[in-house]
Amino acid sequence: MADSTGGAQSGGGRLRRRLLAERASSYWLRGAGYFAVALFVLIVLTLLYKSLPLLSEYSLVRAITSANWDPAQNEFGFMPAIVGTIYVTGLSMLMGTPIAILAAIYIAEYAEGRTQALVSSFIDVLAAIPSVIFGLVALVVVVPFVGDYLAPAVGANATGLGILTVSLVMAIVVTPFMISLSVESLEALPDELRESSLGVGATKWETIRSVLLRAAGPGIFSAILLGFGRVFGATIVPAMLIGGQTHVPDSVFATGQTLPTLIVNDFGELMSLPLTQSALIFVGLMLVVVVWLFNFGAMLVRRRLQRRWQF
Amino acid sequence: MDRYAKQRLVGALVRGAAALVVAVMVLVVAVTVYRGGRVFLTNPSVVVTPPGSRYMLEAEGGFLHAVLGSIFIVGPATVVSAVLAVSTATYLQSDYSSERFSEVVNMFLNVLWGTPPIVYGVFVLTVIIAIGARTSLFFGIVAIAVFQYPIMTRYTDEALRSAPGTVREATYGLGATRFESAIMTARAALPGIVAGVIMGFARGIGDAATVLFTAGRSTRMPGGPFEPATTLPVLIFDQAMSFNAEVRSHAYAASFVLIVVVLGLILLSKLLAGRYARFAPGGRHS
Repeated sequence: MADSTGGAQSGGGRLRRRLLAERASSYWLRGAGYFAVALFVLIVLTLLYKSLPLLSEYSLVRAITSANWDPAQNEFGFMPAIVGTIYVTGLSMLMGTPIAILAAIYIAEYAEGRTQALVSSFIDVLAAIPSVIFGLVALVVVVPFVGDYLAPAVGANATGLGILTVSLVMAIVVTPFMISLSVESLEALPDELRESSLGVGATKWETIRSVLLRAAGPGIFSAILLGFGRVFGATIVPAMLIGGQTHVPDSVFATGQTLPTLIVNDFGELMSLPLTQSALIFVGLMLVVVVWLFNFGAMLVRRRLQRRWQF
Repeated sequence: MDRYAKQRLVGALVRGAAALVVAVMVLVVAVTVYRGGRVFLTNPSVVVTPPGSRYMLEAEGGFLHAVLGSIFIVGPATVVSAVLAVSTATYLQSDYSSERFSEVVNMFLNVLWGTPPIVYGVFVLTVIIAIGARTSLFFGIVAIAVFQYPIMTRYTDEALRSAPGTVREATYGLGATRFESAIMTARAALPGIVAGVIMGFARGIGDAATVLFTAGRSTRMPGGPFEPATTLPVLIFDQAMSFNAEVRSHAYAASFVLIVVVLGLILLSKLLAGRYARFAPGGRHS
């Protein structure tokens, strides 16, 4: 402003500078916008390209249905890891989902004031604890519990490392995430819904069940599906607790392998074998495709439910 | 069962579920602090001692290398990621993009947000193999930055969205360009953005799957950007699998350090978000 060269000229220069900044920033920001899409495309293409060597030499059907995983002999059967992943994902969702929804109802509808703030910040903390710490704590808490008490109680023989242990821990890891998303969608509902339902004589639970859970249904449903994706792609906890043996598990106490742990356990030693490398990158591709299908599915279901359960 | 008994039963159930989740959180933190704190307090120097050449076998030395590795990897990654995330969120929020395009980008961001971290690790490793490089600090930074980017964009987007619209109207009314208006909006949302960046940092510093294959699992001090390095979560993962009881006990000391850092970061971001709610022009008062 304090320019000695004259007001009009400096004003023009400043405007030019401002417009230049506007132009340059516009390019940069547009680039940043496209970056998100480009990153997505780049990841898929890279993984796909590197998976091709396996897929050209080894039939996809055989890879998925064969139970024989022996990279040294060029046998790449993903069946054990696929079954292990399904076991772990199914069990943890079975245990985690009801608790997550009930706890979300508590936070959104029952708790008030300080209690609510306290409980929800505890859940935020739980969500932020690194998963490697969950694994470590589970080694001294859950592993002995499953190995010394739970398995003998049902007459099974187990060391404590295995499918059930991983599922228990993953159920814990994934709940805070589902809780906060469900609470978000419950809290987004207008108070008139609650008031009018209570006003016609419904009890609190009837209001929650027939009105609130339905109105927040799309949000809760996509929270569950996204939680599904979380457990499915979990790496560190299964790698620490599943026992890492590549066979099709025959009970919930058995050790096993999940798709991500296959990568963790085998990458180090088998990097030098090109076909194995390709097989493990193909596992990465499978993870990506399934998780992304879940995401897109969650979005579609959410839209449909939103249309059906309007209030 | 009449409807009031059912009502009481449900009330007990939801309280029980919430209590269970809180109890688990307390248990995890307590076990880490108790076991880790004990090891840490009896020998605090283990955190700042460089590792010996036989660290993984005989617990020779400490794990300064992983502490430094975490700082050198997650610090730069957070800076890179924050710049990109704030730019993307600004692009989505302001008047640069059409609503339709924002929606598409948001969809991709959600998908990236849900992508398992191991996939980012494999992706970066694939790039490393393709260009014939080897695992190093630099690629650890790349992997963590890619991992943090969707998380931070989400938080930043939310912060910008809840910034008062009057700021934008006022700036345009005074003849500001889009960029100047975006800067003022970002300034109004700054505490929220900073809190989001801190949360991204906290997530980045706790993640092991992305750095497992990209930074290497070095047991030496980080030697430079293109030398292998390791981070605390990877170290804990390796220590926990060790056959040596003393190395395993170091895992608890390391996780004690990690959990203190992460809890501190969350507290910081909560404080900032709280300040934001109170001081933002026209924002929520609580």
